[in-house]
Amino acid sequence: MKNTITNNYFEVIRPGINSTFQDLGRKNLNHIGIPFSGAMDKRNFILANRIAGNNENTPVIEFAYQGPKLKFKGQKINFTITGNVSFKLIKKEKEIYGNCYQNYTLEEGDQLDILSTNKSVYGYFAISGNFDVKFQWGSCSTNTKANIGANDGKKIEKDQLIKVSNTHSHDSKKNLQYMDSKIEKIRVIKGTNFNYFSEESKKIFFEKEFEVTKLTDRMGMRLAGPNIKNIVDTNIKSEGIIKGVIQIPADGNPIIMLSDHGTIGGYPKIGVVISSDYDKLVQIPAGSKIKFKEIELLDAEMLFKLYEMETENLISKIK
Amino acid sequence: MIKIISNLGDAALYCDFGSEVNQEINSKVIKYFKSIKEKEIEGITNLTPSYNKLVISFDLKLTNFNIIKKKIENLELKRTEKTKGNKIKIPICCEKQFALDIKNLENKLKITESKIYEKFFSKEYFCYMTGFIAGLPFLGDLDESLKSKRLETPRVKIPKGSIGLAEQFCNIYTSESPGGWNIIGNTPVNIFDKKKEIDPNLINPGDTVIFQQISMSEYEEYNN
Repeated sequence: MKNTITNNYFEVIRPGINSTFQDLGRKNLNHIGIPFSGAMDKRNFILANRIAGNNENTPVIEFAYQGPKLKFKGQKINFTITGNVSFKLIKKEKEIYGNCYQNYTLEEGDQLDILSTNKSVYGYFAISGNFDVKFQWGSCSTNTKANIGANDGKKIEKDQLIKVSNTHSHDSKKNLQYMDSKIEKIRVIKGTNFNYFSEESKKIFFEKEFEVTKLTDRMGMRLAGPNIKNIVDTNIKSEGIIKGVIQIPADGNPIIMLSDHGTIGGYPKIGVVISSDYDKLVQIPAGSKIKFKEIELLDAEMLFKLYEMETENLISKIK
Repeated sequence: MIKIISNLGDAALYCDFGSEVNQEINSKVIKYFKSIKEKEIEGITNLTPSYNKLVISFDLKLTNFNIIKKKIENLELKRTEKTKGNKIKIPICCEKQFALDIKNLENKLKITESKIYEKFFSKEYFCYMTGFIAGLPFLGDLDESLKSKRLETPRVKIPKGSIGLAEQFCNIYTSESPGGWNIIGNTPVNIFDKKKEIDPNLINPGDTVIFQQISMSEYEEYNN
């Protein structure tokens, strides 16, 4: 069957470390055990689609650390990469190192090699058009642990073919002068079990550094650092959790729930990362240090408004 | 009926119905869950009911904590006093190859294998919630004599269809998964059907499950 494809498609020469199709995720299924999923870094996901000239919620390929190497077959196609990513286009006669937040064109036989994300984790690859992917419960988002979503719920694999359709081209080369705003600390609202922890541990949690360990994926971010001591009970009756929740299991090492988290959890919650800082959080690579800052609900709501304004502002600057 | 409403981060409401786990409290949680779901309140993106809590997530772009809190406080609950669930029969096979922890349980509980099964099959079980992995039902309550702790070291892989016991609850692993419950049998029934766009879950909160023991040959024939 492979050879009968006549449309435009990509051939996967190298899949990368964790390349999946993602969109903005699926709603209202937590009660049956299906998490939200969706692009980890929402702002970079949206910008990739906007620069590529797509609707905001069009499926893209998300990759972590190292992206895929793809060979394009078919008519011309435009694409955009967002994040902090090194990539090159391999054309017949030359190799071009590309810039993020800018449209490029691939022609028949061209290769795109997404080499790495720099000092960050996730990058996004959008084409001006659609990847031919299946939707499940209103979303293509792939949850590889639950085998849900596009690509039979699996990561993109070597040698597979990715069909594309509805391609549209822009003569004008769209781009964005992207400026990343920096934050020093990840801001956190106290969790519903904050008082399960010793006075000293509560202080330590907001004062000391934690390291992001290698046991971090789309489900959760495992941290190592000073031990957080529980003085009440290391288990609670299982209850609903949301992304950003920081649980402390019996071993005293924090785990932050990320987009593919299990919908129910039984460890005490010391805090919840605020919505405006989630994109920044997920981009902190393994081996890096992280510090938390306590914040009140009203301030978090205001920071979210600022975050939304910043995103809108970036979209308006796409030329 | 909700004792305390607090915020879980900046984009979720945490409704606390009490600290105990029983069907009465859980029925209240489910009643709220169903009533809120029916109302389709703007901005709500997820409802996660559990034994005695309800987490309501919302889109901070469209609404906020205070708006949703007011709506929940002034919510008109569904009238149907008894939101009666379905009764579902689940066949399970308890042959050695499926009952991974039966010997463990005999030691832990200090009762014989046959007594464990006798007690287990003599009750109907109420579905408190579904989740953790897609479609997994949390069922209760087990007979006092069957209450046990989880495995000290959880298994990396529990086979799909396994029936597990822990504390006063039992569950059914809807797909292969890590887990620490004591496994006593396996069902050939597909509890979660990901191909179904609507109602992929066979067992939903409020339903009653009746387990029926089947032989190895019945198990093998089940899906033919």
